[in-house]
Amino acid sequence: MSHDAHPYIGFEEYSERVPQSIPLAVQQATDRFVGGRAARVAELPQWEELRQIGSDIRLHTIENMDVYLTRLEEKVKLAGGHVHWAETAEDARRIVLQIAKAHNVKTAVKSKSMATEEIGLNHALGAAGIEALETDLGEYIIQLAGTGPSHIIVPAVHLKKEEIAALFSEKLDIHAPADPIELARIAREILREKFLDAGMGISGGNFLVAETGTLVMVTNEGNGRMCTTLPDLHVAVVGIDKVIPDWESLTVFLKLLARSATGQKLSTYTQFITGPRRAEGESGPKEFHLVLLDNGRSKVLKDPVGREVFKCIRCGACANVCPVYKNVGGFAYGWFISGPIGAILSPQMLGTQTARELPYASTLCGACADVCPVKIPIPTILRHLRRRVAQGDEFAGPTLPAPIRVTASIAAFALAQNRLYRFGTRLLPLLMSIFKRGDWIPNAPYPLNRWTKARPLPPFTAQFRGWWNVRSSKRKDSAR
Amino acid sequence: MSKAQLFLTCLGDQFYTSTLQNMTHILERLGVELVFPPEQTCCGQPLFNNGFEDKTRPVALNFMHAFSRSDAPIIGPSGSCVSMVKHHYPSLFKAGTAEHDLAVDIASRTFEFTEYLVNMLKVTDVGAVYPHKVTYHASCHYLREMGLRTEAKTLLNAVKGLEFVSLHEEETCCGFGGAFTVTFPEVSRSMMQNKVRDIISSGADTVVTCEPGCLMNVAGGLHTAGSSIRAMHIVDLLSSKEELA
Repeated sequence: MSHDAHPYIGFEEYSERVPQSIPLAVQQATDRFVGGRAARVAELPQWEELRQIGSDIRLHTIENMDVYLTRLEEKVKLAGGHVHWAETAEDARRIVLQIAKAHNVKTAVKSKSMATEEIGLNHALGAAGIEALETDLGEYIIQLAGTGPSHIIVPAVHLKKEEIAALFSEKLDIHAPADPIELARIAREILREKFLDAGMGISGGNFLVAETGTLVMVTNEGNGRMCTTLPDLHVAVVGIDKVIPDWESLTVFLKLLARSATGQKLSTYTQFITGPRRAEGESGPKEFHLVLLDNGRSKVLKDPVGREVFKCIRCGACANVCPVYKNVGGFAYGWFISGPIGAILSPQMLGTQTARELPYASTLCGACADVCPVKIPIPTILRHLRRRVAQGDEFAGPTLPAPIRVTASIAAFALAQNRLYRFGTRLLPLLMSIFKRGDWIPNAPYPLNRWTKARPLPPFTAQFRGWWNVRSSKRKDSAR
Repeated sequence: MSKAQLFLTCLGDQFYTSTLQNMTHILERLGVELVFPPEQTCCGQPLFNNGFEDKTRPVALNFMHAFSRSDAPIIGPSGSCVSMVKHHYPSLFKAGTAEHDLAVDIASRTFEFTEYLVNMLKVTDVGAVYPHKVTYHASCHYLREMGLRTEAKTLLNAVKGLEFVSLHEEETCCGFGGAFTVTFPEVSRSMMQNKVRDIISSGADTVVTCEPGCLMNVAGGLHTAGSSIRAMHIVDLLSSKEELA
C-alpha cells in the first residue's frame, strides 16, 4: 500500500450529521469570496487567456514531472538545501521526525500546510513528545478544536466568531470576547512567544520553481514568514504536484491564485525561499529541508483523465461556488481536502473502495469547472471516477452496492428495448395511481421513496403517445 | 416548410404530457412539420452520469436508430437530455466506427427547444400572453453544458403582460442532479429548500425553467413549502393565452 489505510468515507452519513450552524457559516464566508473573485476577474480582460495558459503549463508539468522534479532537486541542493523523497505518508512523518530529533527540537511552529494535514504530521510529532503548534489563525483555531480543516484556504470557515470565542475561553482558560480583532490579538500574543522558542519551523508550499529550486509561499497573516525565518531549522513538506517549470510560469499562477482564492489581486505576503541563509547576519534558517511527498500521487499520474486533478493550485474557488459543499461544509468529505476538488482527489489517492461515495457527491452542475483557474474538468473527472466505481478499475472490481448495479442493469435493459419501455409507459401510470393522493404522489415505493422523502412526485401521466396516435390517425382519415 | 423530430425525454414522456402537447402546438404553429419516432425511450443520461457507460451504449443506440430514419433536426424540451446527445454520444463510440459516425450526425442535429426557436427558426415572439410576475431558474446543463444564456429570457421578454423579476442565485443548482436526489436525499433537500426560499423571496407568482427535472424538484418543493407559486416549463408558459387584465 502506498498510503495509510483510511477509514471508509461515508459522505451520506457524514452529511446528515452536519450541524445546522455549518451551512450558514459556510454560506456567508463563501458568498464573500465569490463576490471578491468576480470583482477581481472582471478587472482582467485577459482572464480567460490566463486560465488557458495556466492550464497548459500545469498539464505540461504533469506530463513531464520527472524532468522538473529532478531539476528542482538539483537546484535546491545547489542552493544548500536538503531534499528528501517521501514515497508514503509514513515515510514523510519519519523523515520530519528524524530531522527534529537530530536537532533536539522540543517545539515546532507551523504555517498552514495541507500536505502536513494529509500526512497527519501534528499527531506524529505529538506522539514523539514534540509540540507542534499551528500559527495560522484558522489552523490554530481548528488545532484547539481538535478537528481537521473544513476548507482549503479557510480551515475554520465552519465556525462563527461566537463559537471561536467559546473555544478560546474553554481551551485557554481566559475570557475571550466574540470579537475577531480581539481573538486574533489573543492568538498572536500566545504565538509570539512560541515563535521565539521554537527549534523548528514547518511549512508547506504553494509552488516549487524547478528553474531555481525556489519554494514559493503565498500567505496573508505573516506567520509564514515567522515560521520560515525565526527558527534555525526550516522543513517544508510539499506534494510533488506543486512543481512548476520556471519563474515565468509563476507569474501566471500568482495572477490566478489570490484572485480565485480570496478575491485579492495578490496575497499580503509572497515568499521566495531558495535554500537556507548563505552567510551569518543574513535572515533565514541555518538549515533548509524539502520533503517531497508522493503518497500515491505517482499512481494517480498514470490515469490520463484523473491526473488533471494535479493541475490544482489549491485556491478553493470550486468549493466556494459548489452548492453541495455550501450545504454540507468540508467535514462531510472525510479527508483533508473538501469540496469538488476533494471529491475527485480522495477517491484517486485513497482508492475507490474507501471514497466511492465522493464522485457521486455532486449534481454535475458544473459551477466548479467554470471558476477553476486552471480549467480542471471536474464534472468530466467525476463521471470518469463514477465509471471506475460502477464498472471497476485496475485495482478493484465494482464497488457500488449490488442493489444499485442490479437496478441499473434492469433500467438499461428496459430502456434499450423500446417495446418493453413502451409497455412500461402504459403500465406505470396504472401502478403508480395507487399511490396518488390528490394531485401528487406523496409517498412513492422503492427506489422513489428517497425522492418523496423531500418532496412529492408528480403523477405519471404518460398520455402523449396515445394522444399523438389518435391525432395522427384522425389526420390520415380526414386526408383520405 | 421545415421539418423536425420530437424528442420527448423520458421525464417529459412520463410526467409532462401537456408540455409535450404544447411543444407540438407551438412548433406546428410556426410551420414546422413534426415527426414522432415512437421507438425512442430515454437518452441514457441517468446511466451515463452514474458510471454505467457500458450500459449506456445500447440505450444510445436505440435512440440513434429511432431518430435516424429521418434526417430532420431533433428537438427536445430539456437542455440536459439534449446535451447528453449533443456532447456525450460521440464519446460513447470508437472513432471510425459506423456507430460513432451516426452519433456525430445525430449530435449535430439535436437542439434544445428554446435554442431551436431562437437560434434556428429565428423566432423570439411566439404570441404568448401571460400577465404575471415571472422569475427564471437557469438549469445547470442548459446553462453550462449547452451554453444557453439568453435564449429563454429572449422568449420570455416577448410575452405580453409578463413582468420579469430576477431570482437571487439564478444560476445555482436546485439540487436535482438526477439520481443525486435519491443518492443523497438530505443534501438534495437542503439545496432545493434554498432554491425555494429564493423563489419565494423574488416576489414572483410563477417560476419558469427549461428543464423537466428541475421542474419536478422545484414544483414539489414549492408544494411542500405550502407556496402557491406556480412552477412551469417554459413551453407551457409560451403556450399561454391568458387574457390581459
